[in-house]
Formats: sequence, structure tokens, C-alpha cells
Amino acid sequence: MSLALESVSETNYESKATNIVSVRNLSKIFNGKVKAVDNISFNVPEGETFGFLGPNGAGKSTTIHMLTTVLKPTSGTAEICGYDITKNPGAVRRSIGVVPQEYTADEDLTGYENIMLCADFYGIPRDISKQRAQELLSLVELHDAAKRKVETYSGGMRRRLELACGLVSRPKLLFLDEPTLGLDVQTRVAIWNYIRKLKTEYHMTLFMTTHYLEEADAACDKIAIIDHGQILTIGTPSELKAALGGDVIQLGVKETELDLSSLISQVKYVKSVSRSDSSYRVKATSGEEAAPAIIELLRNRGYHVTRISLTKPSIDEVYLEYTGRSIREEGPGEDQATTMMRTMKRARR
Amino acid sequence: MKTQLTENTRINTSPLHGLLPLTNRELKKWYKAPVILLMSMIQPIIWLALFGKSMNFGAIFTAGAFNIPGLNIPKAVLNSISQQLMLSTFGTHDYFSFLAVGMLSFVALFTAMYSGMSIVWDRRLGFLNKLLSTPLARGVIPMAKVLSSVIRGLTQSAVVFVIAVLLGLDLSHITLLGVIGTFVALFLMLLGLSSLFVMLAIRSKSWESQMAIMNLLNLPLLFASNALFPAKFMPSWLQPIVRINPISYATDIARQLLLGAPGMASLTFDFMYLAAFAACLSVLGMYMSWKFLTK
Repeated sequence: MSLALESVSETNYESKATNIVSVRNLSKIFNGKVKAVDNISFNVPEGETFGFLGPNGAGKSTTIHMLTTVLKPTSGTAEICGYDITKNPGAVRRSIGVVPQEYTADEDLTGYENIMLCADFYGIPRDISKQRAQELLSLVELHDAAKRKVETYSGGMRRRLELACGLVSRPKLLFLDEPTLGLDVQTRVAIWNYIRKLKTEYHMTLFMTTHYLEEADAACDKIAIIDHGQILTIGTPSELKAALGGDVIQLGVKETELDLSSLISQVKYVKSVSRSDSSYRVKATSGEEAAPAIIELLRNRGYHVTRISLTKPSIDEVYLEYTGRSIREEGPGEDQATTMMRTMKRARR
Repeated sequence: MKTQLTENTRINTSPLHGLLPLTNRELKKWYKAPVILLMSMIQPIIWLALFGKSMNFGAIFTAGAFNIPGLNIPKAVLNSISQQLMLSTFGTHDYFSFLAVGMLSFVALFTAMYSGMSIVWDRRLGFLNKLLSTPLARGVIPMAKVLSSVIRGLTQSAVVFVIAVLLGLDLSHITLLGVIGTFVALFLMLLGLSSLFVMLAIRSKSWESQMAIMNLLNLPLLFASNALFPAKFMPSWLQPIVRINPISYATDIARQLLLGAPGMASLTFDFMYLAAFAACLSVLGMYMSWKFLTK
């Protein structure tokens, strides 16, 4: 697996000059035995949206915590915006913005006060931070609620406030940890519109994790699938989908006793055919063209096609291909579970 | 691009940047919620008004309260015996004044105990992780907790002081310098105790365990001090504990300066003890927090 990874990184990334994130053999071992992150390496070129996918407890958050200098790596290192996370964490912190998974805004303060507080953490002079706070509040459309305490905010409003807080230092690189966790569909769409708007406005690179695979597919230029602390695959969404072997055609025929596999595999674009009784599972590179051709061929030979369906590979398929279909018994750790519960509860308000 | 450049040069990069905003965040939660502020004052007021006034030791010996059969002691003699007894026991003429001064350190102790709670909440809510990913110096985070706790403790003690004066604190020995000295002592005690409780909470994720620590420590710290009763009449096994308890020293300073009472030790020793306590624990607290804030 590591061999394959290296070849990917050589072919895809070496040509681009500036990597804003460059991770080298990063590992984190908790309590001397739990390998949360196991020797991972990857690059993120400047300007890209990079998505980290993986089941609960795969090592996504641990990686983000190390890259944002909240946790110290056990071994290996990473360069963020040209600074080493172990040797120069201060410079890393000054050049990144973080939108955490939890709602971290102070509920007893107003939205405006929260943004100003974040600005103070970065040592931004008051006149500049006031101006930026106003600008960000109108960008995420919280202007009318700016003077209200955060405890009165809805989940979507809180998420927008977190975005504004993460952007007050004008970071070159923004970390988004589960930016739409627990939100309803409308709010998720709206949040993504804000993220896209902010990305173009401030020319940022985005590093995100998410559980919603269709969001990753739509938003990310490149996706890494991580499980058990290791990167299983990395590439653009279309590369990953193509690697699955193309479209899947499900076919049913009336003639159950005959095996038509060899006949079907003669059709152009068809790569493989597997049969179970009267239904066939056909993999093809261009399903739209292969499907009518199969129907026509079978009809000409006097067979009867009873049903047909075409599935384009989704990122879900890619994800399940690599991480397996079994439900994880261990799930998130106890801490993570309570945090997640709280985040979801607040999001639903 | 030019404005970007000038903006960057004006970024405050001092290691202490963010200390005051972070402290102010803690304090805002407190002064913006007057109801909670009032609630937290109810307990000391009850101690003062009910406990302090009901424990009227002075009346026990006053004329008419008692007499020994067969002896006909004149009232004037009884009264003067009573006065001498009170003075030699409590260093002042009434128990209320004795207790009221002790309450100043008692209130400060209770405020300091809560300083650890907010760091537990910050950890649980993810706020601490957000702080750790910003350019704030690590030490600033516990420092802000300690500083806000010290400011809160001094304010609450000042309110208790005013209430005590209104309820009849003996003012015959009071001086401005005495009041200032008392609050310097309270400051030192608060600095040390707040650092201690922040340090105890630095790795904790459960506020239940933090509450347990507080409940375990508050009454022993109070009873094993001279805040409620003079140390010299306590049993000999308790005396050494009273003499290492910083609350005893803050109270001792306050009694000497506000009531003119004879002290447990000299003022110089009291101040030196408290200063050493504050210095050791705040340095240790900052170091431990800096070291153990992250894994």
C-alpha cells in the first residue's frame, strides 16, 4: 500500500511547486500502544480543497489535531505553510484557521464579542479586527444577530459563527472538522455555499473531514480515505471512482436456465460479467453505451430482458470498497461520543 | 497587498497577548449575570448575619446571664471579666467582628475553588482545543483563569467587608493602611489557591470529580483554620495543620490589621508565609499547566 501511495504522490504532486501541507511519516501512539495514526504521508497543493474521509476512530481528528499543533506527534512531522509543526508551532498557528467539530463559541457572549475574542487570540489590532468582524458577519449573514447572545443561536447560525471565527486571522489554510455535522439538509447546503464563497473571497486552501460522502464528492479536489490510522487511497473523486472498474449494469433475463455470460462479455465496453441465476452483474467502462448494446444483442438472439438498471459508481462505493461494509462495533471513544452528542444536540436547536 | 503588509507588522506577538481578553471573557460571564453574582453572595451573608450574630458569646458572661450560687459577685466585676475573656479569646469585644474578618478569607477560598471548574468546561466543550490552535502562549491560558479568579475573589471579599461594616463590624481600630494590607494578604492567598485549583483541574474532563475535590477540601480547609475559632484553643494535634493552612495566615493578618487583635504570628512572618505560598504555587501551577495542557 505504501508503495502505491508513493507512486501516486510522485505522478500527481511533484509537478506542482507549492504544497501548503506536506506530511511526512506522521504517527501518533496514545499511551504507548494505541496507534491512532500510523506513519502517514501526503501533500496538499495550495488552493486545493482536500477531504479526509474515514469511519469513526479512523484517525481523522487525531491527524487534524497534530496538524493544528494541538497534539504533538509521536514520530514524523509535517510542514504547514512552510513551517514545521514540531519545530515552529507558533508560526504554524499564526498561518492557519481552525473550525472545530464542536460548537466552541462562548454561549454567554454575543456573536460579535466571540469574533473579537478570537481576533485577540491572534493579536490583531482592534481597529482591524473591528472592520474584519463586520465584514465577516455580513459574509455569513449574521449581522442582525451580532448583538445577541450565542445561546439564542440555531445550529446553522452557530456553524456560520464558527466559520467567521476561524477566518478572522485571514488564514492561508483553513481546517474544517465535520463542518456540517448534525445539520439539516437545507442548512448543510447553505453552509457549503458560505464555505465556497469564503474560499474564493480569501483564496484559501481547505483541509476538511466529513461523514457526508456526497459533500466530499461535490466539494473536494482530492480525497484521502483513512482507516485504522493509515491512508488507504488518495486521489481526485473521479480517479477514485474510475479505479473501482467503472459502471455497474444489473440485468435480468427470462431464460433462467441458460448462462449468457460469454455472450454479454462480447459487447463493447463490457469488462466483466458475473451471473447469479437469472440476473447478471456487468461492469462496463461506459455504462450508458453498453446497456442499450446488451439489450439489442440479447433481443436479436431471441432472449428476453426483463429488467435493467445502471449504477454510476459513487464515492459511497469507493468508501465502502476500502473501509468495508461491516458496522464498527467499537464506534467512537467515550469522549468523542459525548462531544458528538452535544454537538448534535446543539445543532438541532 | 500593501495594507496586508502593514497589518502584519502591527500584529501583537508578545507572549502575553490575549491574557487580558481571555481574563475579560471569564469575568464577563460573572458580571453580566447579576443574579448569579447575588446568589453567590447569599451564603457569606447568611454566615455573617445568622451564624455571626447568633453565636453571641459575649452575652454568656454578661451581668445577669449567670451567677454562682453562694457567691455574690458584683455586676461590674462580671462585666469586666466578660470583656477580658472575650478580648483574650477572640482579640475583640464581640464574636461577630471576629467571624466577619474570618469570612473575608472564607469567601476568597470559595471563589478560588471554582477557578478549576471553568477549565474543565473549556476542555469538554472543545474551547480549549480551539485556544491551543491559536498563537496564544500556553501559559496564558491558566494565567487568565488564575487572574480572573483573583479579581473575582477580591471583589467578593470587598462586598463581604462592606456588608460586615453595615452589620456592625467593630471599627475602632480600622485604618486605610490596614484595609489595604488585608487585601494584599487576600490577593496573595487567592493567587496561590487559584493556581492550585487550576493545576488540579488541568487534565480533568469531568466536572463531577472537580466538584468532589471541592467538597472534599472546602470544609476541612475552613475548620482547620482560625477563621471560625482562635487557633490557640484548638487541640494540639490540630494546631500544626492550622499553622500550615494559608487561610489562617490571611485571617491572622486581617485580624491584626482590622481589629488590632494579637496575632498567631508576627505580621512580617504572616506576609512572608503567604508570599512564599503564592510564589511557589503560581510558579508550579504555570509550569504544570504549560506541561500538561497537551498530551
